[in-house]
Amino acid sequence: MGVEGIGARVVRKEDKRFITGKGRFVDDIKLTGMTHAYFIRSPHAHAKVKKIDSSAALKMPGVVAVLTGQQLVDDKVGNLICGWAITSKDGSPMKMGAWPAMAPETVRFVGQAIAVVIADSKNLARDAAEAVVVDYEELPAVADMHAAIKPGAPQLHPEAPGNQVYDWVIGDEGAVNAAFSKAANVVKLDVTNNRLAPNAMEPRAAIADYDTAEEHFTLYTTSQNPHVARLVLSAFYNIAPEHKLRVIAPDVGGGFGSKIFIYPEEMVALWASKKVGRPVKWTGDRTEAFLTDAHGRDHITHAEMAFDANNKIIGLKVKTYANFGAYMSLFSSSVPTYLYATLLSGQYNIPAIHAEVIGVYTNTTPVDAYRGAGRPEASYLIERLMETAARQLNVDPAQLRRTNFITQFPHQTPVIMAYDTGDFNASLDAAMKAIDYAGFPARKAKAKADGKLRGIGVSCYIEACGIAPSKAVGSLGAGVGLWESAEVRVNPVGTIEILTGSHSHGQGHETTFCQLVAERLGVPISQVSIVHGDTDKVQFGMGTYGSRSAAVGLTAILKAMEKMESKAKKIAAHALEASEADIVIENGEFKVTGTDKAIALPMVALAAYTAHNLPDGMEPGLKESAFYDPTNFTFPAGAYICELEVDPGTGKTSFVNFVAADDFGRLINPMIVEGQVHGGLVQGIGQALLEHAIYDANGQPVTASFMDYAMPRADDVPSFNLSHTTTLCPGNPLGIKGCGEAGAIGASAAVINAITDAIGKNNLEMPATPDRVWRTIHAA
Amino acid sequence: MSTVKLTVNGKAVAVDVEDRTLLVQLLRDHLNLTGTHVGCDTSQCGACVVHMDGRAVKSCTMLAGQADGANVTTIEGIAKGDELHPMQAAFRDNHGLQCGYCTPGMIMSAIDIVHRHGGQLDEATVRTELEGNICRCTGYHNIVKAVLDAAGRMKVSQAAE
Repeated sequence: MGVEGIGARVVRKEDKRFITGKGRFVDDIKLTGMTHAYFIRSPHAHAKVKKIDSSAALKMPGVVAVLTGQQLVDDKVGNLICGWAITSKDGSPMKMGAWPAMAPETVRFVGQAIAVVIADSKNLARDAAEAVVVDYEELPAVADMHAAIKPGAPQLHPEAPGNQVYDWVIGDEGAVNAAFSKAANVVKLDVTNNRLAPNAMEPRAAIADYDTAEEHFTLYTTSQNPHVARLVLSAFYNIAPEHKLRVIAPDVGGGFGSKIFIYPEEMVALWASKKVGRPVKWTGDRTEAFLTDAHGRDHITHAEMAFDANNKIIGLKVKTYANFGAYMSLFSSSVPTYLYATLLSGQYNIPAIHAEVIGVYTNTTPVDAYRGAGRPEASYLIERLMETAARQLNVDPAQLRRTNFITQFPHQTPVIMAYDTGDFNASLDAAMKAIDYAGFPARKAKAKADGKLRGIGVSCYIEACGIAPSKAVGSLGAGVGLWESAEVRVNPVGTIEILTGSHSHGQGHETTFCQLVAERLGVPISQVSIVHGDTDKVQFGMGTYGSRSAAVGLTAILKAMEKMESKAKKIAAHALEASEADIVIENGEFKVTGTDKAIALPMVALAAYTAHNLPDGMEPGLKESAFYDPTNFTFPAGAYICELEVDPGTGKTSFVNFVAADDFGRLINPMIVEGQVHGGLVQGIGQALLEHAIYDANGQPVTASFMDYAMPRADDVPSFNLSHTTTLCPGNPLGIKGCGEAGAIGASAAVINAITDAIGKNNLEMPATPDRVWRTIHAA
Repeated sequence: MSTVKLTVNGKAVAVDVEDRTLLVQLLRDHLNLTGTHVGCDTSQCGACVVHMDGRAVKSCTMLAGQADGANVTTIEGIAKGDELHPMQAAFRDNHGLQCGYCTPGMIMSAIDIVHRHGGQLDEATVRTELEGNICRCTGYHNIVKAVLDAAGRMKVSQAAE
């Protein structure tokens, strides 16, 4: 490892612009003649739009246009799509209700856009929106999943009787029933996985610019995957053909999944920019983010786990209701199915699993992938079950896990996934040592003497990342392949540009991706730049989500590097009159091994571009690209242990210690990896203690600002004690598993297991607010 | 419309704005100082924090007119040329930022925290004082480290002056 190579804690290259206020986010961009959009949104959860009267608004100063959903229909702009087809157990396809970008007839959640005002300034657009008179006919609404599936419930979509999206199953039900029939013990648990609002700190934004001469659109947007955005806008929404649409995702202020999706606002901005003949900017405010960014989680689950007399798990059955909100968002269908139920084996050898997932429409904001996407729900369920089982079977929770750990790899679970490697005992050992697990009873006793209830909670998570082998996800219904692309350009002066389909919105790619180049070529990272986020600069790529950018995106860069190095070695060998096989690359030089003959990279690059003296038949230039399709998912795993105290008088929880031992395979930059874990842990803790996107029975959102939705703040959370155990991923040459979501996947169960341990009651739902904990303590 | 006269990052400016213009709009839209961000519109997240007459304020919750005559410093105004402010350097060195959106407000709040507490900062105090700044990426762990680190650096640089 060099000072800037793989494994080095390199300070981030991108930081200077952010710490000096020179970041370039979408809302920072101004175009000449730019107009501003303000959306008129439904205040009702379910209503008919009877009439939109914009006559007064159109007379106001600075108002350019008021555009409605009917005009979108008239212009044949497509409805929003869902890109993953799921089939119900009866063989029928999922039931997808039409989702127009602005509703011409019916609104189905509070915040759904029905019209947009375009004006010279945002304030003028907002003023004019107040003057647009909309006549709604309110319809009965339903926000609660159980209410939505009852006979007689308000119906959202004619395409989906009973508000059912699908009724999907996985696993061998007969084998599970056979296991339960011979079980020595059965553990049952009902859990709710609370709905969350993703809340990236930068609200979504878009600027659309139509060039009438070229008939070409440019879209600046807050996207995790600008090429996917272009593809969807082009192929499904009829905005423009791909070569007439450039999508740029500049600095993006956090994503967490919520910026994967192509939302109504950017579609409308593009369409409107052509209609009004000027650039159109839309910047969401925080309440619009709560109303329209796809939410996360929102499952209600009943699960039963069967054990034999030796406390070995012999079967698991799960029934989950998943709330989709009012419409099916882009990848929503995959989240409670292939990203959830396929992880229900956890870290354990479970011979038989069966799961049924019922997707439900409600009059709420659509739900889709949020950091972890299905895997936090699976991990939370399994780890709550293991803790519940340990209490019921009266065994130590860590020991019960060890009794059931998978220890032989590869391991085929009964729910599709084939785990390639791991060492679950090692990560649990590391976490138990870090927290002094053996010393806990003494600490608990001391706390009791001080009037505090102390608890400890374990969570051993596993996730499937590196998403994903295209053939595999294609066979499961995905509408896209999930490879990644990369291009390496060595300039004639020897500096290097890496063009990647991955997108960085906080992950530090501008640093870590350079570290691979430094490792291989021995050049300083200052000579390397990373180009991403612009469909005009970078070839088609799939973007960043599912902890895939290192395992898939960086591997694509490695493949392109290998091709470039191979050609450069030929050029160097030719120049040095040596055999190509004898050339090694060290410290930015191509050397003939065992001699002092060498040629520096810039001279090789210059030779490639002058082309005066290349080997016969070689093309000039030094630029290579690669598309890398992973061979399997990767399986990051680890053990988190939380120790905390509950004040029985107030129900308030205080952290004592939180340790995390993760196995991410090879780490490129441990500093950045730790940062990813810290952030993920706090999102998991936020879910466990604070966060909940709440609707009243009529579908009115109760938590639509930071004054009502409890975001984790610095004084809500502890500092963390992190460590790593390592089994290299055999599925990619760098041995990387991915680290972006682990914290959010593993943390919430550790917290709830610790609180329920402290208070001695097992039934506690998230978020475990002081009020809820106090009531649980004092419940009969 | 009114003319607001103020000093921003050491430069005297006079800006004609609608009376309802917020200080953050004056900075971003009229002066192109886009380092100051808007994250919530409700004075909760602190992405918009700037210094007014030496104290941290939330520029999304102030009218531009309220800054008339004031001395305002934004994230763009704290480095001395190429020399970063110790708080900026500490955020970089401790990986106290990821997406960078909350970072300007965090840094401006953190400088104010150190100024108000001098050398009397510990982790619990920093966490309590950062209550008005929300970060979704870092989990605060490295932000807290950065603020404590910078507090030491700022003490040293003050002593040197």
